[in-house]
Amino acid sequence: MTERAGALVRVRTVLLPPALAVLFAVTLCAGALLVSGDSPLAALSVMITQVGEGTTAVDIVNSGAIYYIVGLAAAIGFQMKLFNIGLEGQFRLAAAVAAIVGGSLALPAGLHALVVILVGIAVGAVWAGIPALLKAYRGVSEVISTIMLNFVATGLIAYLITPGTFGVLRGNNISTQPIPESGQVPGLSFGASGEVFGLVLLAALLGVGYWFLLGRTRFGFELRASGESPTAARAGGVDARRMVIVALVLSGAVAGLAGLPELLGRDHAYTLTSPQGYGFVGLAVALLGRNHPVGVAAGALVWAFLDKSALALDNIGVPREIVLIMQGSIVLSVVVAYEIVRRYGLAAEQRRVAALLRAENGARSEVPS
Amino acid sequence: MTTVRESQVLARRPRRDGAGSRWRRLPGWARSALVVAVGVGILAITATLTGQLQLTSSGTAQAAVQLLLPILFAALGGLWSERSGIINIGLEGMMILGTWGAAWAGFYGGPWAAVVGGLVFGALGGLLHAVATVTFNVNHIVSGVAITLLGMGVTQYLSTLIFQPLSQNPRQSPRIEAFETFSIQPFADLLASVEAQQRVLLSDVAGLLGGLLTGLTPLVVLGILLVPVSYLVLWHTRFGLRLRSCGENPTAAESLGVQVFGYKYLAVTVSGGLAGLGGAALALNPGQLGYLEGQTGGRGYIGLAAMIFGNWRPGGLLAGSALFGYVDGLQLRAGGEAVHALLYGGTLVAVAVAVWWVARRRWLPAAVAAGSGLLVYLVYLSIDTVPREFAVYAPQLVTLLVLVVASQRLRPPAAIGVEYRRGDGG
Repeated sequence: MTERAGALVRVRTVLLPPALAVLFAVTLCAGALLVSGDSPLAALSVMITQVGEGTTAVDIVNSGAIYYIVGLAAAIGFQMKLFNIGLEGQFRLAAAVAAIVGGSLALPAGLHALVVILVGIAVGAVWAGIPALLKAYRGVSEVISTIMLNFVATGLIAYLITPGTFGVLRGNNISTQPIPESGQVPGLSFGASGEVFGLVLLAALLGVGYWFLLGRTRFGFELRASGESPTAARAGGVDARRMVIVALVLSGAVAGLAGLPELLGRDHAYTLTSPQGYGFVGLAVALLGRNHPVGVAAGALVWAFLDKSALALDNIGVPREIVLIMQGSIVLSVVVAYEIVRRYGLAAEQRRVAALLRAENGARSEVPS
Repeated sequence: MTTVRESQVLARRPRRDGAGSRWRRLPGWARSALVVAVGVGILAITATLTGQLQLTSSGTAQAAVQLLLPILFAALGGLWSERSGIINIGLEGMMILGTWGAAWAGFYGGPWAAVVGGLVFGALGGLLHAVATVTFNVNHIVSGVAITLLGMGVTQYLSTLIFQPLSQNPRQSPRIEAFETFSIQPFADLLASVEAQQRVLLSDVAGLLGGLLTGLTPLVVLGILLVPVSYLVLWHTRFGLRLRSCGENPTAAESLGVQVFGYKYLAVTVSGGLAGLGGAALALNPGQLGYLEGQTGGRGYIGLAAMIFGNWRPGGLLAGSALFGYVDGLQLRAGGEAVHALLYGGTLVAVAVAVWWVARRRWLPAAVAAGSGLLVYLVYLSIDTVPREFAVYAPQLVTLLVLVVASQRLRPPAAIGVEYRRGDGG
């Protein structure tokens, strides 16, 4: 195969499916909008023009970075065919405990923030360690145990931040002690367009680290091998039990970072109304990006863009929930599109080989025997 | 996988000790009856010793029935789907669709229309899952997560569009009409009078039984009936055998002429319909009549856990849902103190388990059971009440603990979650 044909195949198998999926989702939502009597074109133009207005662009980068962190956490699990549905509980508990620790310490600037970040990582890892141990030693499906632990984490957080334990009452809201300035991470200001969280850089670093770990190290190879074929990996001397534990704990550790950009860059305290729902976004974003570091980043930005569109659509009277439909249908159609394109590619390959064989047989039969 | 098989092989090895084989020789219904009797006995003892009468009151049992119903439907949905080899983590999404469909149909046509509405909307979600997983071989969990996302989006969108003009609230439907409740007389009154006498054990049993016979709705009856119906259909008909064969070994099934695609499609659609019925049960719950955003609160997932806890069997999933509904009803009615009393009950269970292992001369499990019993007892002694924030999630914690103890004895369908292509067995 020539270089150019190879590149074409690559474009077809990697870029075509998401494009098809987005097209399908947009068509579906346009249909839904038409049925409900709204103009799809007006909705689309608002969604595009909003990016240039106010702080939207910076907001998209901020949310996108957070989604990227959880997306990477999900991707680490997916590489080993582990479904860490517990990202939600891991990131929330990590943020809550990090806020408590950060609010009760007095350390020099820099070191303080570092300690808070390390606490977040550790709590995420420990909370993911529970399903990891249960899976490795008791055979409990990580899907079920992490779902249950999400609920338990919600209860634990509510308990931790009540005024009786570690919380304080501020106005009408319960929150943890605010983190002093020494523990905050300053953002990069863009004037009127808003402020990018300082920890957005951390997300970028994590992306590089993920790429290196999975693609360039022996550990990454073993991880992917265990995901592709556990039996082959075992035959190759990989300890499956150890890999399960390491993969889930690593995934939880990364998830533990997801709540921190907002905590250290904007909120400075964990409250009952602190953000939720990133865990499921992480799963979706990792699926969109096919666990590839660049793909996940693209998925995270698309997701953040759609999130922000909800507000803009609301302003012109289009039901903002259309965005949820679009997000759900994109996830489902992306995976279906990859399958369709794969089947199409397989069929084309079969035809090509069949044609080659026919030509060969034809040539042979001409030779007198 | 292999660990499951190994434990199966080990379990079949004939044992020399008497207790185990005598237990094994009992028919299944007798074993379940014994387990239930021991459970009720432990609850009665706990209620008497700790003074927490709510543990066995008819009110708790009644609340438990209302709370177990959506979970039971979801668990049955999981059973149908997973027996055909398709993991259905989208039960939650199908249930959400069911709540919306039930509220919409129920608003215009009364409670029976609500049941049908929930069924149809859930089945649509199931059909979508079938298209994705059976036709396009999408990973089952991926499709399930996507369907849950989609179910949330579609219902919120439709609710803004259709319910907002009616109820002035985009997150809620107008109130719908409920089923009239009925009690099975004269037993319900008789049991209530026995419960009122406060006699040890007798009143406890009467309270729990009486609660099961009071305040019933047709939907409760339907849910309970679907358990034996699912059992008979899946295990005692040709259709059921073929459906299960698709979950055990689709290639072999296909080579015998079974239309694997058709069975899987049907099973997953039925599964969605059952989850939708669970949604209808939520929408028809006397506490919240109608659709409310976030109403399902993860009950679809819990149904799935109840089914796994029940070892992919109808009787087992009923037990799992009942356990969950009971703990949930208890914490709702009596709060942290009753959950605290459950710790005492947990100690008793651990002691009973330890004695059981000692009788079978298995010292290590006996020691583990005794040790964990001691730990639970120490926790019981060291606190007066379980904090309210935790008590709310007691059902999830109990489910998790039960899975930890029971998961190695479980046997899922052999080909669950496995990619299947038509023509593999050709």
